Amino acid sequence: MPFAQAPAPTAPAPGRSGDRLGPASAEPRRPDLGQLRSFYRDMALTRAFDRAATALQRQGELALWAPSLGQEAAQVGSAHALGPHDWVFPSYREHGVLLSRGVDPRRLLGLFRGADNGGWDPSEQRVHLYTLVVGAQALPAVGYGIGLALDGDPGAVVVYLGDGATSQGEVCEALVWAASCAAPVLFLIQNNGWAISTPTRTQARVELARRGEGFGVPGERVDGNDAEACHAATAAALARIRAGEGPQLIEALTYRIGPHTTSDDPSRYRRPEEEAEWAARDPLALARARLEELGAADAAFFAEVEAAGEALAASAREHCLGIKPERLDQVFEWAYATPHALVAEELATLAAPGGPR
Amino acid sequence: MSVLAPAATVGLGQAINQALAAELAADRKVLVMGEDVGVLGGVFRVTGGLSERFGPERVRDTPLGEAGIVGTAIGLALRGYRPVCEIQFDGFVFPAFSQITTQLAKLRSRSRGRLAVPVTIRIPYGGRIGAVEHHSESPEALFAHTAGLRVVSPSNAQDAYDMTRAAIACPDPVIIFEPKSLYWSKGELVAGAERARDGDTLNQARLARRRPGAAVTLAAYGPSVPQALAAAGQLAGEGVEAEVIDLRAISPIDFDAIERSVAQTGRLVVVHEAPVFFGAGAEIAARITERCFYLLEAPVLRVGGYHLPYPPALLEQAYLPGPERVVAAVRQALAF
Ligand SMILES: Cc1ncc(C[n+]2csc(CCOP(=O)(O)OP(=O)(O)O)c2C)c(N)n1
Ligand SMILES: [Mg+2]
Repeated sequence: MPFAQAPAPTAPAPGRSGDRLGPASAEPRRPDLGQLRSFYRDMALTRAFDRAATALQRQGELALWAPSLGQEAAQVGSAHALGPHDWVFPSYREHGVLLSRGVDPRRLLGLFRGADNGGWDPSEQRVHLYTLVVGAQALPAVGYGIGLALDGDPGAVVVYLGDGATSQGEVCEALVWAASCAAPVLFLIQNNGWAISTPTRTQARVELARRGEGFGVPGERVDGNDAEACHAATAAALARIRAGEGPQLIEALTYRIGPHTTSDDPSRYRRPEEEAEWAARDPLALARARLEELGAADAAFFAEVEAAGEALAASAREHCLGIKPERLDQVFEWAYATPHALVAEELATLAAPGGPR
Repeated sequence: MSVLAPAATVGLGQAINQALAAELAADRKVLVMGEDVGVLGGVFRVTGGLSERFGPERVRDTPLGEAGIVGTAIGLALRGYRPVCEIQFDGFVFPAFSQITTQLAKLRSRSRGRLAVPVTIRIPYGGRIGAVEHHSESPEALFAHTAGLRVVSPSNAQDAYDMTRAAIACPDPVIIFEPKSLYWSKGELVAGAERARDGDTLNQARLARRRPGAAVTLAAYGPSVPQALAAAGQLAGEGVEAEVIDLRAISPIDFDAIERSVAQTGRLVVVHEAPVFFGAGAEIAARITERCFYLLEAPVLRVGGYHLPYPPALLEQAYLPGPERVVAAVRQALAF
């Protein structure tokens, strides 16, 4: 039914929580218990860090925070499927992706404190800087993928987008380019139900999984609160990309449990019942229940993870208070690679007698 | 039959809300559209309550796309509607830049005056709110540089109200740069003033003298007006009387009135948050030098942002022109 309205992103029925949605749900699952423990660990650390950062904002230490609360499975599960050659182009909420890729999440705090505009070296863990302009990272991500292909590099690019971002013209162009150039790019859409106060149905009247179809980018929907499912779908999509099948798209159906950012008040626009429905499908609790059900982790494991989360949270605060903001003279220095007469002239006025003008 | 409400004290953002409500009530062709302008009332609550009062058809939550917001507003305007678009923050107008510059600004002249495109675009702009990247910029010069657009920026509640109503009534496209740092700053508002319906309404947004003085003219607009006034206060302590003028409109600029002020003071300092390089101050300096070269006691000086990407928020105090930098420029002008 191509013109049917996409179902509102309500939680899948209880009892199906471990199933993948979409065509691949028939695949049998052979859980790798070590992997499940590492998903849980990174999800729990992401949760602890996110809590700490939210608290730091409430205490006035951060200008803003965009919580990842509720999206840990989509982020951690997908990121764990990336290989060492792959690259990530995130938007601004992918804290779990960063953590999973080995970027110290504390390096995010400078951006949200107003101390810098992106505090890590993108080449180190192959994670590009955050992009606050919705959808603006999509075309550069595709360009990067075209470059990888031109170089014969085995890597692929995973570009993370929100449901709202899919409406941007640039994101549609990115789908066109990716398909046209057969670029090794995976569009990973976290459909968390909302773009600030705007529900997904305002952005799309078909499943976002199908957003790429007409452009030549096949997609599938996956249960975004199930880390294993997100991991499996991402691994399969990357395998298809590496097999030369061209760009792929995944819609991870999840939920933004918290506010859009710490400046937002969701009670103005969404029903508490909806929030409760999704809170009952907390991805971290589901991951824990799965480990327990499989007998894959004992109390000592959970205690160790909790302690690691507490340590990360505590160090986040210490790190935040110790951040040295960039200096204005450094911003001058970084503006151009080679000397620029106007910049040099303005920089000189900073130190001028009588003060800058 | 103009019904003047008694003066009330309201914030600048609230004044815009009242102007939008008045226009929505007066003309069913007026539409408000943008990201989160409906139930949420916009991220600054400037459209708060309008959706409840006028319905979601007329106060429209759009998909997330600025080209879409402005592009469809152009089509609606061609169809006889008067859309008022909200761009959520200054740094997010650029996806709409092509629609604004290639379509909105040009359709009147391309159609030999047959087509009117009365679109109003509201853009919260400027810094001093400690925000993250892309939420503090001042891109007004890019739009003032584009023929076919009118560009205004209020500095107080009454101007915000009047300009919003005038912009909606104007048959030309108008971009209102709203100083977000002043959204909560309170001022007197006489609402309900009869809406002027002539095509020249915005030319009545002539500059206003905010403080008289004979030694130097400080010209500012929007968020820089309070900064210029603070500088003038400091200067008065040193025995220097600065005249502060509020430009209100950036396209067109009321050069006659600037010239009248400069004829009295002989010195002009222009203040804005936008980078000085190719900024509004550059145009003012050039015009005033052309018009009254012999009246000037000193070159026209400009105080504004540096030629840098807007820096992280913790640096914005050093980046933005505050009273100290304005005072330094005045001293330099006086020393000529
Ligand atoms: C081009 C642009 N327009 C508007 C905004 C303001 N804005 C920030 S986030 C957001 C909603 C994004 O929703 P979505 O893509 O679903 O991502 P989510 O925040 O849910 O992760 C909006 C409108 C922006 N940052 N960039
Ligand atoms: Mg979303």
